[in-house]
Amino acid sequence: MKVRTDWWRRAVAPLAAALLLAACQATPTATPTAPPAGTPEPGQTPAASPQAGGEVEIFSWWTAGGEADGLEAMFEVFAQKHPEFQIVNAAVAGGAGTNARAVLATRLAQGDPPESWQGHAGQELSTYIVAGQLEPLNSLFDEQGWHDVMPATLIEQISTDGNIWSVPVNIHRANVMWYVPANLEQWGVQVPQTWAEFLTAAETLEAAGVTPLALGEQWTVMHLLETVLLGELGADAYASLWDGSGDWNSAEVTAALETFDQVLDYTNADASTLAWEQAAQLVIDGQAAFNVMGDWAEGYFVSPAGPNLSPEDGSFGWAPAPGSSGVFQWLSDSFILPAGEINREGALAWLTVAGSKEGQDAFNPVKGSIPARTDPDRSLYDAYLQSAMDDWASDELAGSLTHGVVANDAWKAAIDTALGLFLADRNVGTFQTALAAACVATGPCS
Amino acid sequence: MTLAAALRRHWVPVAMLSPSIVLIGIFVYGFIGWSLRVSMSEWQGLMPDYTWAGLSNFAELLNDRRFHIDIRNTLVFTTFFIGGCVGLGLLLAVLLDRHVPGEGIFRSIFLFPLAISLIVTGVAWRWLMNPSTGERTTGLNLLLDTFGLNALMNAWHTSDPPIGIAFVALPAVWQMTGFTMALFLAGLRAIPEELKEAARVDGASELQVYRRIILPLLRPALLSALIILGHLSLKVFDLIVALSGKDIRLDVPAIYMWTTTFDANNFSRGAAIGIYMLVSVAILVVPYLVWSLRRETEL
Repeated sequence: MKVRTDWWRRAVAPLAAALLLAACQATPTATPTAPPAGTPEPGQTPAASPQAGGEVEIFSWWTAGGEADGLEAMFEVFAQKHPEFQIVNAAVAGGAGTNARAVLATRLAQGDPPESWQGHAGQELSTYIVAGQLEPLNSLFDEQGWHDVMPATLIEQISTDGNIWSVPVNIHRANVMWYVPANLEQWGVQVPQTWAEFLTAAETLEAAGVTPLALGEQWTVMHLLETVLLGELGADAYASLWDGSGDWNSAEVTAALETFDQVLDYTNADASTLAWEQAAQLVIDGQAAFNVMGDWAEGYFVSPAGPNLSPEDGSFGWAPAPGSSGVFQWLSDSFILPAGEINREGALAWLTVAGSKEGQDAFNPVKGSIPARTDPDRSLYDAYLQSAMDDWASDELAGSLTHGVVANDAWKAAIDTALGLFLADRNVGTFQTALAAACVATGPCS
Repeated sequence: MTLAAALRRHWVPVAMLSPSIVLIGIFVYGFIGWSLRVSMSEWQGLMPDYTWAGLSNFAELLNDRRFHIDIRNTLVFTTFFIGGCVGLGLLLAVLLDRHVPGEGIFRSIFLFPLAISLIVTGVAWRWLMNPSTGERTTGLNLLLDTFGLNALMNAWHTSDPPIGIAFVALPAVWQMTGFTMALFLAGLRAIPEELKEAARVDGASELQVYRRIILPLLRPALLSALIILGHLSLKVFDLIVALSGKDIRLDVPAIYMWTTTFDANNFSRGAAIGIYMLVSVAILVVPYLVWSLRRETEL
């Protein structure tokens, strides 16, 4: 028996099925593992801030751990100094800021910026600068006398065309190598001063059945890349790569990348499945000898919930990454001044606190970083942070790539792609070509 | 009956469907149109920039090494995913069709993974497929080691490409085999017993009954399975992100679109990747829909 029906009647059933199928599509939000920042949680939209009545809305992704506590401490200092304003904490959780930055982009497109938001000082802010969303802070810096207490190189590296774009609150160091001194003695190696020395020591370590260098997922590989580039090229050549005056195709860069390739041979095979703290843990457990990671690793080592070690008793040690002794590869969390419709006095009051001695000394000991100012109260900081402060005051400064100082988002993403392709085929030639092309396409190279 | 007359007569179902149709019109087709417009623009920063760029974004992608890896990964993943699901699903359906005791329990067990979010599957299988060696061996490798099957230990999804992406199909097959099994089971149950009896009476062996009678009659179910699994595998994203983060060796178009749009702020390129994905899924699904709309229903 044939049942013949008009086409549009027969369309109803599949259409309804298609509607049902579309409704049933599961769309879970992905929460990728993150570089040091809050733990992944479902994102929340920040509260809307009325423009009148002295509310100051501070937007960040500091929702957990030392960062959230540090932010709270700064809020308390602000409340004491400026009781006429009311702080609204508009932090958004998840993905090391991926969620927060998406929420922020939406708000900026709507013309509803918060009074200030957290961002990495340096080129990472260029997305907002190019879109005209930020106001320069030169007059604030002059008023507050920050040119005298913050290193001149720092202020230079957070400015473009003479405009200062953010108030750095803290400083982290990227080029640090962590190890356990007792284990190194046991294996008969010393802390390498150059990458060539590292490669020699790595042979001894491999023979002893130890992973020479602990490595984690891809962003930690980029972190290693920038340290190797700095160590092999030196601070000046490294800086020239990022301002367009250097040549990514030069023989020195080839040599540095080949060293990087050799160093990768001495890392753990399961690196891509490890988060940064798991890689650092390998060193503590004695399964790896060295780990190159920023000094938030120290915050992990001393945390009571984690290894719970102390920097004073020699249970872990630190040294500048090979080849970069005397150079401080820095990154900084900072606050900016939006150019839109905001409570301007409140925003400026917040920025004043963020750059003040009290504000920075309230935030940094809790967060585990050092202040951008060179006049902190040293007694509040532990042994590692004090040694970092000494280095900050005396070393040459170089900006970090992975943490947004020297390259804007598009350039960094292009480098990330090139690095990922390199990890797949380990071809130094194509890697160098891709890096040079990235500089031309998304950076200042011509 | 004309369309207008039918609409008048059946106004109740039409009224019930119209809100969904309007919403889908705006939020699916409207936004697809907007994505198409963005993909042909030069929007590469925070603020929208609709300068006309023609098809240059699409052309750039065709020359992009990372996009080539995406396409290769998608093909490998699709092959192993569909092959695994269909093969295993058919096997399970044939076994369950034998009216075993406790069939309902087995059916439920095989269908349970379908209820789990792909993120949970990804995280759990990330632990299982952990490639650590030596003292830190864990997961499946540890299991194989315990049973002396050391030869089978390997780096799973972190193996060199293109082998790694084939292992990503393992959790996907684990999750979706129950669905395929259910499809085939329904198809098997719909085959009249008289056909099989007649074949056996004519002297066909069991194997011949399967090859000549049953499998050909399962073609509609197979086609449905292929279409649904195919469009899922072309869009796979959350499983791979949960398994391996943004590892480029396991990159697929959906992940490339996500990183390019939200990390690099390159909205026009992200939209172009999205349009490529839409076209590839449409090539799969639209002919099927047209075919099933046009054919006469034989009962």
